[in-house]
Amino acid sequence: MPLKAYGIGFRYRPGPWVLRGVDIIVGPGEIVGLTGPSGLGKTTLARILAGYERPLEGAVSLNGNPLPASGYNPVQMVFQHPEKAVNPHWRMGDILREGWEPDDGLLAALCIEKIWFSRWPNELSGGELQRFCLARALGPKTSYLIADEMTSMLDAVTQAQIWHVVLDMVRERGLGVLVISHDMPLVRRLCNRVVDLW
Amino acid sequence: MANSAGMTGAASAMAQEAPYGDAARVFEKRKIPAPLLDIQELSVTFAQYAGGLQKRNITVITGLSLTVRPGEVLAVVGSSGSGKSLLAHAILGILPVNARVAGTILYAGENLTPARQVALRGREIALVPQSVGFLDPLMRVGAQVRRAVRNGNAYLAQRSVFERYHLSDGVDDFFPFQLSGGMARRVLVAAATIGGARLIIADEPTPGLHPEAAGEALGHLRELADEGRGVMIITHDIEAALAVADRVTVFYAGATVETAPVADFAGGGEALRHPYSRALWKALVKNGFVATPCAQPPPDALPSGCLFARHCETATPECSREHPGERQLREGTVRCLHAT
Repeated sequence: MPLKAYGIGFRYRPGPWVLRGVDIIVGPGEIVGLTGPSGLGKTTLARILAGYERPLEGAVSLNGNPLPASGYNPVQMVFQHPEKAVNPHWRMGDILREGWEPDDGLLAALCIEKIWFSRWPNELSGGELQRFCLARALGPKTSYLIADEMTSMLDAVTQAQIWHVVLDMVRERGLGVLVISHDMPLVRRLCNRVVDLW
Repeated sequence: MANSAGMTGAASAMAQEAPYGDAARVFEKRKIPAPLLDIQELSVTFAQYAGGLQKRNITVITGLSLTVRPGEVLAVVGSSGSGKSLLAHAILGILPVNARVAGTILYAGENLTPARQVALRGREIALVPQSVGFLDPLMRVGAQVRRAVRNGNAYLAQRSVFERYHLSDGVDDFFPFQLSGGMARRVLVAAATIGGARLIIADEPTPGLHPEAAGEALGHLRELADEGRGVMIITHDIEAALAVADRVTVFYAGATVETAPVADFAGGGEALRHPYSRALWKALVKNGFVATPCAQPPPDALPSGCLFARHCETATPECSREHPGERQLREGTVRCLHAT
């Protein structure tokens, strides 16, 4: 039941190709790292895998089928800048429950305080917002998580907390994860396999 | 005798293993100069409207004490949301109008009053902001940097500082959006240093840069300190901080919990004074990737006692009674009743 992308090509209108002929595969319960210098299309590839962009060449498949066009997307992405990934006009509780109802165990593991539910996004710090973004993305129907520099803006303690929650889900229910990061020690610690995008 | 000799041996072995220990040892040998910046028990309170005309006060920084000496890099390390950026804004006097500041800030031994802040910022005290978002997007970068020149030929001054940071002639005519991440950092450092500032405050100098560019950005800040300026780096990235700093101040939930020489960040963190500093150190991948459950208490629900007591393994009932005051401990400071 892997998440597969093959022969991916992408560019913005007449511009140069951002990606050409890229293949990547992530299996259930597998953690794959994606590294490479800035500007080589790592985030674009992530957005294609999560269904935010359509590739101009090649295709993405999940269990051999295309990604669902509507309903809950089993491939969820968490972005580098959480403040840009939440609706500023929604309260945190509504943001958290957009896709599912996270249980108390997960909230406790991510140190999410219930008194934050009535807050607006601009009243929380980046680290606090990112915990919500991760909880929001980890619904039971999520089979793959795309983590694009998910913890690079966070302090070391928060980074370790967040990754341990993800690692537990990988072990417990076979979540597959694509880790995009510049932080090589982190990538080596987390991943079974590393793809260098060139 | 044998015992003490053995201890010295162990201590020197540890110092050799400390990755960035050299800088700290060199620093200790020099005569310690009087601080350029001396902040004692700073607090920042915001007045907010909580529905209708009801006002409430939220204290975001509760107890911040630190010093920056000429010729040194002080790193202020803390989690996001701990109020780090407000610290820079408080020193420069650019907090929003609903903010109230208490405590003392001394610059070069004298009170940093609002009038002095206006007179000194951009001249003696300069900020290297987080991103090019702080530049004017519609103005070419060469022209923007020239505006910071107070005396003499602005063009020559700007060219010479750009050359120092390997920014070619062509870059003068770039708009901010045309700069790469690393170039943008160099332009921001150039703008901050061109006026000859004695105190440089860098807010999050590394995020979003690949490792070489981050190393270069930090190296530039180290150079400025080596020229005799005082440099304060505000960051969430403790590894970046340790790479260039002489001393590190750890910030948690709006208060400074510890100041330590970099050499104390070594081994299992035994030399560190505060349990939160140790948690931060052990959370690094190379030190075990240990996840301590320590979400910060929100500023409107701070505990009456030690801010960290809820997550602390060594906490005792006294810890929740009152805020521990800051005290000197082994060439550093700590805010913990039990630190030894």
